[in-house]
Parts: sequence; structure tokens; C-alpha cells
Amino acid sequence: MLTYLINGISLGSVYAIIALGYTMVYGIAKMLNFAHGDVIMVGGYMAFCATSYLGWPAVPSVLFSVFVCTILGIVIEKLAYKPLRNATSLAVLITAIGVSYFLQNAALLIWTSNPKAFPNLVNFPGITIGSAQVSSVALVTIIACIVIMVALTLFTGKTKMGKAMRAVSEDKGAAQLMGINVNGTISLTFAIGSGLAAIAGVLLCSAYPTLMPTTGSMPGIKAFTAAVFGGIGSIPGAMLGGILLGIIEIYAKAYISTQLSDAIVFAVLIIVLIVKPTGLLGKKIKEKV
Amino acid sequence: MKKLLAAMLTGTMMFSLAACGSDSSSAVSTSTAASTEAASNESTVSASAEDGSLTGTLQLGVIGPLTGGAALYGNSVSNGASIAVDEINALSADFQIELNAQDDEHDAEKSVNAYNTLKDWGAQAIIGCVTTTPCVAVASEANADRMFMLTPSASATSVTEGNDNVFQLCFSDPNQGSASAQYISDNALASKIAVIYNNSDAYSTGIYQTFQSKADEIGLEIVSVTTFTDDTANDFSVQLTEAQNAGAELIFLPIYYTPASLIMQQASSMGYDVELFGVDGMDGILSLEGFDTSLAEGVMLLTPFSADATDDLTVSFVTKYEEAYSETPSQFAADGYDCPYAIYAALTYYAENNGGLDVTDMSYSDLCEILISVFADPDFSCDGVTGLGMTWTASGEVNKAPKAVVIENGAYVGL
Amino acid sequence: MKNKLNVKNIFCGVSKKSRSGFINYGIVIVFFIIFQTLSSMGKLTNSLSGQLIPICVYVIMALSLNLVVGISGELSLGHAGFMSVGAFAGVIVATSLQNVIVSGSVRLILALLIGAAVAAVMGVVIGIPVLRLQGDYLAIVTLAFGEIIKNVLNCLYIGSDSHGLHFSMTDSNSLGLDADGVVILNGPMGALGIKKLSTFFSGIILILIVLFIIQNLVNSRAGRAIMAIRDNRIAAEASGLNIIKYKLMAFVTSAAIAGAAGALYALNYSTVVPKKFDFNTSILILVFVVLGGIGNLRGSIIAAAVLTVLPELLRQFQDYRMLVYAIVLILVMLITNNEQAKAFTKRIFRKKAKEEC
Repeated sequence: MLTYLINGISLGSVYAIIALGYTMVYGIAKMLNFAHGDVIMVGGYMAFCATSYLGWPAVPSVLFSVFVCTILGIVIEKLAYKPLRNATSLAVLITAIGVSYFLQNAALLIWTSNPKAFPNLVNFPGITIGSAQVSSVALVTIIACIVIMVALTLFTGKTKMGKAMRAVSEDKGAAQLMGINVNGTISLTFAIGSGLAAIAGVLLCSAYPTLMPTTGSMPGIKAFTAAVFGGIGSIPGAMLGGILLGIIEIYAKAYISTQLSDAIVFAVLIIVLIVKPTGLLGKKIKEKV
Repeated sequence: MKKLLAAMLTGTMMFSLAACGSDSSSAVSTSTAASTEAASNESTVSASAEDGSLTGTLQLGVIGPLTGGAALYGNSVSNGASIAVDEINALSADFQIELNAQDDEHDAEKSVNAYNTLKDWGAQAIIGCVTTTPCVAVASEANADRMFMLTPSASATSVTEGNDNVFQLCFSDPNQGSASAQYISDNALASKIAVIYNNSDAYSTGIYQTFQSKADEIGLEIVSVTTFTDDTANDFSVQLTEAQNAGAELIFLPIYYTPASLIMQQASSMGYDVELFGVDGMDGILSLEGFDTSLAEGVMLLTPFSADATDDLTVSFVTKYEEAYSETPSQFAADGYDCPYAIYAALTYYAENNGGLDVTDMSYSDLCEILISVFADPDFSCDGVTGLGMTWTASGEVNKAPKAVVIENGAYVGL
Repeated sequence: MKNKLNVKNIFCGVSKKSRSGFINYGIVIVFFIIFQTLSSMGKLTNSLSGQLIPICVYVIMALSLNLVVGISGELSLGHAGFMSVGAFAGVIVATSLQNVIVSGSVRLILALLIGAAVAAVMGVVIGIPVLRLQGDYLAIVTLAFGEIIKNVLNCLYIGSDSHGLHFSMTDSNSLGLDADGVVILNGPMGALGIKKLSTFFSGIILILIVLFIIQNLVNSRAGRAIMAIRDNRIAAEASGLNIIKYKLMAFVTSAAIAGAAGALYALNYSTVVPKKFDFNTSILILVFVVLGGIGNLRGSIIAAAVLTVLPELLRQFQDYRMLVYAIVLILVMLITNNEQAKAFTKRIFRKKAKEEC
């Protein structure tokens, strides 16, 4: 019982970190960035290369991976999304899918289709709570998730750049009139989102250590679900959505059916959205006539 | 280095494609008349053919997933096959094989497209498909066209059922499932058994179903059966906890090695010490880059191929493969390697018994009938890295002995 | 969000509208005649002739999704789910009637009709709760339904024998079939041993019927109501339009069409698996619609046909095939949607036109 809960929270924390990336980009750029899952995969491979090929220790490898993904996020934004700033959101969505195909197939050519076993970066023993074992990876994942959420909340709430972000997300035109660099703010959001994706990639691969070019796609979709579940655009919402999704998935597997666990997760999502159409913590924006 | 190689291969393949594209369509249509004559009256075909030798150029197509989630299997088969073709081509200048591998993305629709592309290229026989579902789709097309297919790894019975032109080089699913149950029972490995299988995969489900019915028949006690899907192949804590609570001493894993490596890792971090028993899909786990092989210690599997075997065939294949692709060949690569050799052996066998054979521009349907007659011939057998003295039944199943191996100190050891 | 699918795409002028409709039929018929002639002359490559039916299927899917995304203005990310339901319903009908009805074309028509009907029922079941939502929330719920359909079909086993159809959710052994029974749907292994019934001709006829249905719906009173709701939900509501009713009408029609397309697809191959109709297939169809132009039926037809053939034409790139496909996709989106690029291409064409003069 308790073991399942802890497993659920640990799985959910990974979803939550990925969902944070989705939510931030959506909040600012109002686009569903389907390439996010593949940035996670790139992050995983970067950390893998740094530790296995270059022999770097854990912390520099993770930083290296964050660095590469941040640059990657900015480049993708500049090349693929920025030219479409005034196009329909669907056009951007399709471009994002194109980017996702591109990243997956580029990874296939660079790292081949052979899966890689991700090295163990967390080297201290786990702890025991009551009857349940908490592995060290799960512990790190949960702590990282909380730290990132608190840091992001402080960043968007207290700093000047964070305030600029919120302004852009509320009204791009008005923000520009107030002298905010809208393009710069959007680039910054992509940079942060992709950096988070790198961390999520490392944590995902530490918890489930196989790495393939398609590693990011399913967690990406589930995290997207989590972001909507919690109310897309809301940072605490993404966190809550991710963790709840992880717990539901594990309990559905344990007590209902391992075959249908995904169906159950999605069914819960549908019910929540029907009862509360903007997600758990989403804001209801009133339409003005 | 690898990229250079890939570019070179691409270059040569494109060159060969261009070279054959020009005349293949006319060759196929005009050769039908000529080769039917040849089939009925071999002794007059050509001067060199009279001595029972095999001559000409054979165009072989390979279909498998080269991109997408199953790319691993398709690439291994295609790599293995191209090594075998290079070796065969080096044997004699009289008989050459041209190989063309096409991607099917593990999808029935794309696979039929790949098959049609190969037909346009002038393929005379097909090695494929690598995965089951695409193979079923292509098999019925090929059966209607009379194109011979030898699948390296599509193990479901539905692949060969009703298609006399399709033969398998790998064990069929029922074969593996019941052999595993029999082995566990014969050696009294455990009294309580759990099964974890991939419910979204035909291969895994097929083996599980026959394992279950064989286990019921011989009285093995299965205490827990849990599943996962390709979409949930990350977290196995629930399945493992259930097996542990049911008191399972052995877990049967009819799955591929990628999820299996996760299961081993998670079982070890749970502190659940259990015996694991796998099938041929588990092979390759030791060459998984970065995998801590101590986790796989004591894992048993039934596999026709192990890269650590010391016989000359295997050693030579493994060395060449490692040189060319800088990785250890998996069972898929071995299956892919054996396919061109099996076809080559069959054609040689036919040539010897019928006073020679010239395959250049022979239509695929004529070649299909020849190959069917040889493969269904109980006297025909061939050796490969996945088994010595392989023979086939007329229904398309292969007969070879499964080898049980156990992983000890990071290497396979025969049992 | 809701204003993004903007007014530009409304069909203009009545006379133009019907002319445009006839051109669409014309394109499809000309396409058929060209390929039929080529194929009877033996000039068509195997690769292309094998793709004719999939092209028809994807054209129908693109038209069907365009009804939801373009005409009704709702983003659906789970359209392959309806295709899946239609495909398996069609296969069950065609297989179980194999001994009852001799004529293949009658069985095909029945399969298409029942595929469409079952998908329409699914459309109602899903549409009623889903259509209360808006924008991206609706998109995610359709995605969720698509995944649920895939998951449920993955553990659904159906067999048929002299007593009729048997269902099970555990495995094929528990169906309790008689000795003469056949397993039609075998969980993750999908449907096996399907008799091929689909033909290029039937695909073309289905496209024409679908075009007829959609074009008439769009030009009808209901169609205008649907587009009014898309353009301004609040104004439409204030004018007394029943929002849910009209949205549901578009959604269910679209689902039924997708179901028929699914049946046509499944009956073209000897096997079909639930996994085929996943999120990626839904996205693929969305790509056709967006590239063809949202709300533009002709664009959907052309984009679906071209993009289905494209990956096959790229086979000469070998390993780089899908990479090239991704780059082409991104570039096309950038060129067709970026204002500067649009202006640039316009300028070039104008220059050329001048030079010709």
C-alpha cells in the first residue's frame, strides 16, 4: 500500500517536472510544444555521453546536459517557432511535431537504435519508511521536483523577468507597450523549459534506465496530460497534476488492471475536465462580449 | 567511422538501385517465358549450369523496421544479412547476391509499401519481415504474387498459416512457450512461477499463451500473471510486488531484453531475489551498452544463438559484426545472418540435384516454387549460427534444438 | 484561442461555392481516370499501385477531420480512435458474414456502413461530454479518448462460430469457441486473416460520397450555424443557436466518415492491429488538414495524397528518409505560414508573371 504510494509519487514527480516545461511554454507562447518530450530524450543522451564516454562525474554531466538542452531549446525556438509568431496555433503545433520527428530521427542516426543502459548517477543508499523502501533515485526525484517548483514560483512571482513573463502570458500586446521585450521573454521561457527537460530526462532515465530515440515520446504525452489535468499554464497545477497522475497510474495497475492502466488514467482525466473544464488549478477566464 | 560507413553503404545501395532500376521491370516480364522453359528443361539452360553449379545474380530484398520504436530489430537483421551476403559474394564470382533493405517502421501498411518498392526494384525473394504484424500483411500479398519469403524473426504461427511460400528461420511462438514450460518442469527449477508479459506485443502474448497451456498440461503452478504495454514499459514495481506477494520463486519473461533489463534493475532495487527465465528475445541483454551485467547474474534463457559460443561459425560472425558495426550481434543479427545462407544453401542444393541453376533474371514466381520445393524437402538441411542441421516442415516451421543458457559472471554458459 | 481559426477561411460567394464543389469532384474523378488508365496499361509501379487505397483512406480521413477542425473549429487529437472503431467493426462484419454473403462488394458495402454506424455511436458517446469543453482542453480529451479506445481494443477478444459472436476481455482461450469457430479479433495481435475486399474504385466512390455529404452540410442551414458558432460562439448563442446540437452534428458526421475510412483501410490488408490507430496516426491526419489549409477541402485532398506518397518517394535517402521528411514538413509549414515568406513568394511569382508579359 505505502510502497505503491511512494512509487506513484516518484513516477509522478518525473511527470511533474516534464509537465512544468509544457505549462510554462503554453502559458507564455500559447502553444502545445510536442517536441518537449524529445528534448527530454536529448537531455538523457547528453548526460549518458558525458558520463559513459567522457567519464565525467554526475553533477557536471547533468549541468552539461542542461546547458546543451537550453541551447537546443533556444535554437528550436528561433528557427522553427519564431517565424510563426503570428500564424495560427495549429500551424505552430504541426511545426512542433515536425521538430519532434526531426529530433527522434537525428538521435536514431547519431546514437543508433540500440538502447543504452543509463548509468547510475545517484550513489547513496535509499531509506526505509515503515514497511516501504524508498530508493535513492526516487528520493532525489521527489526533492528535485519540489525544489524546482518552489524556485519557479519564486522566479515568476518575485523577479523582474518573471513578472515580464506573467505580463506576456496575460497580454502580449499590452506587455510590448509597457516596454517588455516579448521575443526575448519567449526565448527565455523556452530556455528554462528545455533546461527543465534536461533535468527531467536525467531523472527519467535514472529511474527507468534505458535510453532510446523514442524514450521521450510517451512520458511526453503523459506529462502533457498531467499539465492539462492540473490546469495548463499553472505551475503548482502542473506539479499537482503530475503527481496525481503518477499515483493514479500505479494504483490502477495494482488494483484494477495492468493492461488498462493507461485507459484508467485518461478516463480520470476526462472526468476531471468535465467537472472542472479548466483543470484542477486552472483559472477560469471570463469571456467578454 | 560509423557515419562514414553508413554513407558508403548508402552510396553503394543507391548505385545498385540505379543500376538495376533501369532494366529490372523489363527483365521480370521477359524472363518469365525463358525461365519456365529453364525450369522444365534445366540441362539445356547454359554451359556452366550443366555441372550442377549455381550461377547468376540473385536480388534479395530485406523488409524490417529501420526507423521508429522497433528500429533496433530491423537494423540488426539488415546488418547481419549484409555481412552474410558479403561473405557469399566473396566465395565465387559466378554467383552474386544483391541486397536491398527497406524500412517498414513496424507497420503493416508501410511494410506492404516496402514490399512493393522491392518488387519494383526486381527482388526475387524476400528476407522478412522482421516483426510479426507487418509480416502477416506482407505474407498474404507475397502469397498472391508467389514471392518466396524467409522471415528471420517473425515467430507467430499466423505468419506461416495458409501461406506455403513463407518459412521461418526462428522458432515459432508455440515452440518456445511449450519448450520453456517443459524445461522449467523437467529441471524442477521452481514450484511457484510468475509471468510478466507485454500485452501489446504479438510475440510476447503468443509465447505466454502457449506457455500457460503447456504449464496447465504438465501441472506447473503459475501464481501470478501480470502484463504491461509498450506505453507503460517503464515502471514494473507493481508487477514485481504482485509476484513477490504471491511467493513466486521464478519469473518467466517472454519479452525483449529492453524491458527485461528494467525488470532486473527494479527487482534488485526492491531487494527481491528471484530467478528469471527468458526466451530468445532476452538475448542481447549482455551487450546492452552501459548495463550492469551483475544484475543479470543467474538469468536463464532458451536461445538458439549466443554471441559467446566458441564454434568457428559464431566466432567468425561475431568478429566481423563487431568490426563492421562496433557492437555485439544480438539474436536478430544472427537470424539475419543465417537467412541469406539458408537461401544460398537451398539454391545450391537445387542446382546440384537438377544439373545447375542460373538465377539471373529468373522471375520471382519461378524462384519461389524452386525454393518451396527445397525448403519443404526433408533431406535439405543447413547450418547457421543459430543452429546446426536446420530443417523445415512443409508448413514453414524450422526444426532446430533450442539451447538453454545461463548467465554467469557476465557471460552466457551453456546448460 | 477561439479567434485563431479565423474568418479568412469561410467560403465566399454562393456561386463560387458550388463551382468550387464541382471542381473538387472533378479532381477526384480525374485522379481516378489517370491512375486507372495507367494501371490498366501496366505503366504504374507496384509501389504506387499499392498505395492507391491508402491514399483514398487518408484523403477521406483528412476530409473528415477537416469537418471538425476547419468547419466546426474544434481541435481533435484522437481522430484515429474513430478510424479504429470503424476498422474493427468492419472487419467483424466482413469476416462473420463470409459464409452468408457470397458477393465481396456487398460485404464491403455492409462493412463500410456498419463501420460508419458504430463510429457514429462512439461519436455521440464521446461528443456529448467532450463538446462542452473548449480549445486545448477539448483537444486533450479527444486525445484521451483515442488512447482509451486503443487500450480497450488491445484487450478485447472476439470470436465467431455457429452460435454467433463471442466476446472476452482476458484471452482468446476463454472465448469458448466451437471447433469450427474463428478468432476474429485477438487482442494486441489484432484481426488476422482478413480477406482483402477494398478496391481503388470503392475508395474513389467513398471519397465522392464523403465530399457530397460535407459540401452539402457546409452549404446548408446547419452548416452555416456550425460556422457561425466557430466564428463567434457567444454571438451564435445569443442568436438562439443550440451550440451543443450543431457541434455534435459536425462531430458525429465526422466520426461516421472516419469509421467508414477505417473499414476501408482494414479490409485492404490481411491484418490490422489496434496499435496502428494511435496518437501518431491522429497527428498524421491533422498534419494533412493543416498543410492543406484549415477549412479547405480541396487542400485536404491534395495534401493527404501528396503526404502519403512522400515518405515512399524519399526511400532513396535510405537512413535519412524520415529526417528529410521532418525537414520538409517544417519548411513547408514555415513557408506557408510565415508572413515574410508569403510576401516573398508572392513577389517572385509576380515578377515572373511580369517577365512573361
